[in-house]
Amino acid sequence: MRPFPTFSQAPMIAQLTRTERQNAILICLVIAACGFLLAAAGRDDPISIHGALIFVACALMIFRIGKDYYAPEPSDERFAHYYDDPSKAGIVLSMAWVVVGLAFGDWVAWQLVYPDLTFGGGWSSFGRIRPVHTTAVIFGFGGNALIATSLYVLQRTTRARLPDQLSPWFVLMGYNLFCLLAVTGYMLGITQSKEYAEPEWYADLWLVVVWVVYFLIYLRTLARRKEPHIYVANWYFMAFILVVAILHIVNNLAVPVSLGSAKSYSAFSGVQDAMTQWWYGHNAVAFFLTAGFLGMMYYFLPVVAGRPIFSYRLSIISFWGITFFYMWAGSHHLHYTALPQWVQTLGMTFSLMLLVPSWASAGNALLTLNGAWHKVRDDATLRFMMVAAVFYGLSTFEGSFMAIRSVNSLSHYTDWTVGHVHAGALGWVAMITFGSIYAVVPWLWKRTGMYSARMIEAHFWLALAGTVIYVFAMWNSGIIQGLMWRTYSDSGTLAYSFVDSLIAMRPYYIARAFGGLLFLIGGCIGAYNIWMTIREPREAEARAGDLPEPRLAAQPGE
Amino acid sequence: MAVEERDNHTGYLTTGHEWNGIKELNTPVPRAVYFFLTIAVAFSIGYWILMPAWPLGVTYTRGLLGIDQRNVVAQSLKEAAADRNVWTAKIQSESYAALLADPKMMAIVREVGRPLFGDNCAACHGRDATGGPGFPNLTTTSFLWGGKPDDIFNTIRVGINSAHKDTHVSQMPAFGRDAMLPRGDVLKAATYVYSLSNPGAKNLDPATVAAGKKIFADNCVACHGDNAKGNPELGAPDLTDRFWIYGGSLDAIDTSVWGGRQGHMPSWEGRLSELDRKILTLYLLDKRTQTP
Ligand code: HEM
Ligand code: HEM
Repeated sequence: MRPFPTFSQAPMIAQLTRTERQNAILICLVIAACGFLLAAAGRDDPISIHGALIFVACALMIFRIGKDYYAPEPSDERFAHYYDDPSKAGIVLSMAWVVVGLAFGDWVAWQLVYPDLTFGGGWSSFGRIRPVHTTAVIFGFGGNALIATSLYVLQRTTRARLPDQLSPWFVLMGYNLFCLLAVTGYMLGITQSKEYAEPEWYADLWLVVVWVVYFLIYLRTLARRKEPHIYVANWYFMAFILVVAILHIVNNLAVPVSLGSAKSYSAFSGVQDAMTQWWYGHNAVAFFLTAGFLGMMYYFLPVVAGRPIFSYRLSIISFWGITFFYMWAGSHHLHYTALPQWVQTLGMTFSLMLLVPSWASAGNALLTLNGAWHKVRDDATLRFMMVAAVFYGLSTFEGSFMAIRSVNSLSHYTDWTVGHVHAGALGWVAMITFGSIYAVVPWLWKRTGMYSARMIEAHFWLALAGTVIYVFAMWNSGIIQGLMWRTYSDSGTLAYSFVDSLIAMRPYYIARAFGGLLFLIGGCIGAYNIWMTIREPREAEARAGDLPEPRLAAQPGE
Repeated sequence: MAVEERDNHTGYLTTGHEWNGIKELNTPVPRAVYFFLTIAVAFSIGYWILMPAWPLGVTYTRGLLGIDQRNVVAQSLKEAAADRNVWTAKIQSESYAALLADPKMMAIVREVGRPLFGDNCAACHGRDATGGPGFPNLTTTSFLWGGKPDDIFNTIRVGINSAHKDTHVSQMPAFGRDAMLPRGDVLKAATYVYSLSNPGAKNLDPATVAAGKKIFADNCVACHGDNAKGNPELGAPDLTDRFWIYGGSLDAIDTSVWGGRQGHMPSWEGRLSELDRKILTLYLLDKRTQTP
């Protein structure tokens, strides 16, 4: 067995200067102290387990840095290259999270078929592992992929190296600590029960710190850019970081019971709380699951296709359209509720207008492929991105349709929503990420290509089949469910009980779980393929059709 | 310097910028985008004019159509109630006997009762009302708190060991656990009870059964009655028939005598209307096909 390649081949700690190593240890010490305090203050509270977890994570980190502390300092030669070590680690983490997240997703799906699949544990009950699934895939998989690719893209499109080498590590490691606190917390029963914002106050505060540093990296790098113009991918990435920060801070405003308690009470109550939560929830879809991944798409799709972006103007108007319209749309999650109707009206109409810039983005991506369709046919990496753009168009159309109040009265509370979610999540988010990762891995690790092109091909078809099965199963089940719930008998009362609708759902739940299994197998093949690519000790060769990496110092600004 | 190039494939110029090899074409925004944007905005403005839409300090624009979701719901509930009135009035006014004898009304009871039972009662009593471990079978004539229509209606109303002020209260003591009887006596009493519903059972020691009968007479008849036929006043079950809530094996009976029983059924008075509860009563009377 060769040791862990990312550490052995590019000794990451040795890349840090002595001062950076010292500061890293110092930061870990401070966080470890915070963990210790939480553990001590919350003796009988589950928060103490998290305190201990933070402490141990920091101790391991200090140990890891200490091991290479006396390694020779890096030479100034490093300034001639982009700083990609955090991106590499981010890709590996992202693939680890996706395997875990998809496995939990499929487990949740099988639980809906066989409710006894909890094996008797409280931690493994549906209500706890469902958020483990959503957090692991959205934040673990999606978030790590976004951090990794955004730092990669940022440097190349500004031709500026990251401003320092420590803060990106702080962001990546800190973010993963947050994800770990989140998923372990759910299984311990720690949650503030706001969907996609389940982690409790201490984890939320920690994420604020991490996220601000992330945004500062962006600003500092942009300030040092050697390109006069800011590429559109960076607009999206910046919108993603900035808006997620605002959403996160506002929705999580809460007062903890005490410093030694994991429990907190939200600053909002009643319908205001619901509205804040879904303003957050919908814009998390918009700025996390959409804007961030559009940033990814705007870089990797044209590069792999070898085509210029179809229209610069279209990218600009879609950017502002998406940013402006999305902000208003959250109330479509609360149609026909205690929320005043005028708020619902605004949510619905803005969701409809939102379709135009959404399709403009999808169209811009697909039209960029004009002149490269033969590559789409031959190269599964590019095909992943093409299919992603199609599913992006499909799920935004579906979303705008479901936002219409009368349609929502059928779709709300049903599996149709779940189908819509996964058309977006599997078809768009996961596909664009897999495509981008397959593109970037050989560039990052200086390989001629991925370990196996056939495995990419297999992954593609498994992912596509899994997504299609999943989405069709949920459309069927959701619409049947919605219709059964509103069918009246001749006597004028409801014709079906809830359990009747569950029985009707069962075949579709089996189909969904099977489709999910295909998707999961594809993800595992992808993880294996990436792992083998990293391990292959192949020498750097310029890949045919690949772009040579510009050396920073060598190229004068335009 | 920005240098525009012409893209051979599309014929458009680039913007002249380049980022790590990525270029952008200066293609104008397709007409269709403006077209659909105009339609979407026009629709939205129209909708805002017609429906409640924009906040104005402490109030909001009401919309020309004067639609309000709360009024819409109230109105449609009223209409639905009026539609149903043709048969609901009859159910409310007529006696159980008359309704049970009216096939048309009972067809409605079956249609309406099934989802009503499914949504409220099936979680414990099962979808076909045959019960399960811990929850009684409702298709039998053996009712804990009486099987006459008014009894059933009342049990649904107040529940058993519930929070309702008139709730049925019943508690079978934990004879074994609370040391009211020694271990051996518990088993003897259980054996006797077992023999009641299994008269033909072999391999029961007659001496044990006889001893059990004595223990039963001293401890259990107060509730279950001299002949163990139960007492609907107290919710004490008949121990001689073949219907069991917690199982009729010797082991299960022994467990019941050892640890006692106190089942719960919620009160439905605050949750279901009187009409719904009457429908459910009729639904059960109709289902009651199994006799001992
Ligand atoms: C193997 C593939 C997957 C399977 C089998 C799967 C399965 C599930 C299941 C069973 C649920 C719960 C649905 C319910 O409560 O009725 C769920 C919810 C969810 N999943 Fe997945 N999932 C998969 C992949 C993904 C991916 C890749 C993402 C995101 C990138 C994702 C995001 C979500 C979200 C956001 C929800 C919550 C939906 C809602 O509340 O409406 N899933 N998933
Ligand atoms: C034009 C764009 C979109 C619009 C207007 C839209 C609209 C909607 C609507 C109306 C719902 C159902 C709300 C309900 O009845 O509860 C919904 C749910 C959801 N959508 Fe979209 N959608 C859009 C695009 C997307 C995309 C691209 C994704 C990416 C993954 C996505 C992810 C979700 C999620 C996760 C939920 C479930 C929220 C929950 O947990 O209930 N949406 N969306």
